[in-house]
Amino acid sequence: MSDSGMVVVYPKRRNIELVMLIFAMVIGVGGYLLSELNMFGQIPSNWWLVTLIWFGIGIGAHIAVRIRLPYADPLLLPIVILLNGIGLAMIHRIDKVPLPERPATTGANTQLILTLIAVILFVLVVTLLRDYRPLQGYTYVLFLAGVVLLLMPLMPIIGVSEYGARIWIRVGPVSFQPAEVAKIVLVIAFASYLVEKKEVLALAGRRILGIDLPRGRDLGPIAIMWAIAMVIIIFEKDLGTAMLFFGIFVAMLYIATARPGWPILGLIALGVGAVGAWMAFGHVQIRVNAWLDPFSNFDQNRQIINAQFGFAWGGILGTGWGLGRPGLTTFASSDMIAAAIGEELGTAGLMAVIMLYGILVARGLRIALGAKEPFGKLLAGGLSFVFALQVFAIIGGVTRLLPLTGLTTPFMSKGGSSLIANWIIIGLLLVISHQVRKPVASSTTEPEAAMSAMTTQLIRRSA
Amino acid sequence: MPAIAVTLLKVLFLALLWIFVISCAGVIRTDLFGRAVPSSDLPQELEKPRRKRRKRGTPTRVEVVEGPQTGAWAPLPDVSDPPVKIGRTGDCAIRLDDDYVSTLHAQIRADNAGGWFIEDRGSTNGTYVNGQMVTQPTTISMADTVRVGRTIMKLVSA
Repeated sequence: MSDSGMVVVYPKRRNIELVMLIFAMVIGVGGYLLSELNMFGQIPSNWWLVTLIWFGIGIGAHIAVRIRLPYADPLLLPIVILLNGIGLAMIHRIDKVPLPERPATTGANTQLILTLIAVILFVLVVTLLRDYRPLQGYTYVLFLAGVVLLLMPLMPIIGVSEYGARIWIRVGPVSFQPAEVAKIVLVIAFASYLVEKKEVLALAGRRILGIDLPRGRDLGPIAIMWAIAMVIIIFEKDLGTAMLFFGIFVAMLYIATARPGWPILGLIALGVGAVGAWMAFGHVQIRVNAWLDPFSNFDQNRQIINAQFGFAWGGILGTGWGLGRPGLTTFASSDMIAAAIGEELGTAGLMAVIMLYGILVARGLRIALGAKEPFGKLLAGGLSFVFALQVFAIIGGVTRLLPLTGLTTPFMSKGGSSLIANWIIIGLLLVISHQVRKPVASSTTEPEAAMSAMTTQLIRRSA
Repeated sequence: MPAIAVTLLKVLFLALLWIFVISCAGVIRTDLFGRAVPSSDLPQELEKPRRKRRKRGTPTRVEVVEGPQTGAWAPLPDVSDPPVKIGRTGDCAIRLDDDYVSTLHAQIRADNAGGWFIEDRGSTNGTYVNGQMVTQPTTISMADTVRVGRTIMKLVSA
């Protein structure tokens, strides 16, 4: 590379991260105090303890990043802390007044402990995995691990069926959704497979109906692995997750090959699959009915109708923390938390939240753009796309843009598996961004050299 | 609490939320362009982890990764050692049964900086590093691909 002249480097930006982080934590605590104030007219006596724990979690995560990944992206952590904080405040608020008359629950306490666990795991990822590149070497092991994780809920004893989907495992008092972790594992596996095969996938093959299909032996292994994952998920009746996996797979193929045929083919397949699911499963018909014509059956579609009334009641500026009635909606603090935000913070608040998700995804894709070698590009692109698709599907579902799927709203919904998995994803993205933004002396052309060596080899083979 | 205070706090909270979003945009804006610094000014501390990583990835042997003798290997020489010969005769450390390889085709030698270089020994069909025919001793690392005849070799760490 350029031995002479100027090299463009990113500044470290840890101080701006700290400022934004404190800002984010203040907003979160603000939501908590405002809802207490509005509901009971006073601030609880233990507010300083809650605030202290919350600041401890945030500052702890920041210190780990400051020590281990000084060049990491400065915005990911503050945005995630803000989303997590608003989510906690909203869960707490719904706990306090779970309309109609039910005793107050302690979901927020559990969720705070789970956030602590998630941040500890995040710190572990950041500390132990300083370089993401070794992950590339475990393609098939990770595939296998992903499939085993997906199969776990089907096993006797530990597998549990809840709300019509068999996606839980329970060991003693602890229950977990392995699909959330499988999501990460499979994205890493897809990325490392596609890096190895991206040239042959894009170049070799034949054209059918205007779409260049790669050779079977190149696409075969990944297609089989992915099909196994899809079959398991559909067998567990978790259609939201099935859609998520399908979308990630198509997006990563597109990123790897730069062929517009893949998303087109993917959308057609998704359409066919959706119609098939609609015909095959009764609960899909109920969901579609709730989406297109909720008022045709009030009792059956009560959840989505309540959410719509919540949005309408909230209007532009919302009712204010603690002054709406989001507790009327079923699963107000997990699946439908976006409706609770829309009711109490109004369209203005919900839009801000969606903007934050947008910035999160944009920063992730920025990391992918900056990555110097294909594995980092694919991994960062794939992980960001997980967030993009998930937020689109669930907030689209709650606002009746799409049929409702039982996905979680990242970092906000009540539920530990998703929270932990998403924090680990943020850890991975920060590790990649540190490697991407770290100033590189001119001598380190190793990734490029490795790439050109690979290309040479591949072209020679196909000739 | 009076209604006016509730409304004010509500609007204040939303304003804070949006100020956060706008500050994010500000951070992104200042982040768009890095600082241009002369490459010689790059902080020295960054060299440490990289050097460590390179040491961990030190190659120990040259191995045939593709061709009729895939898997054949020879340990890499030290500076004082004789070079590792590659060719068709029996006294070569890597003996290749390949019609396109000369009797003594190429050899690998250690340099004083802890690396290795390959030189062609007047072969008929040439020695290629990353697809480029070598005409003089060429330094090779683990990232490079060496081709002689129909055989591809790499430096690997065992």
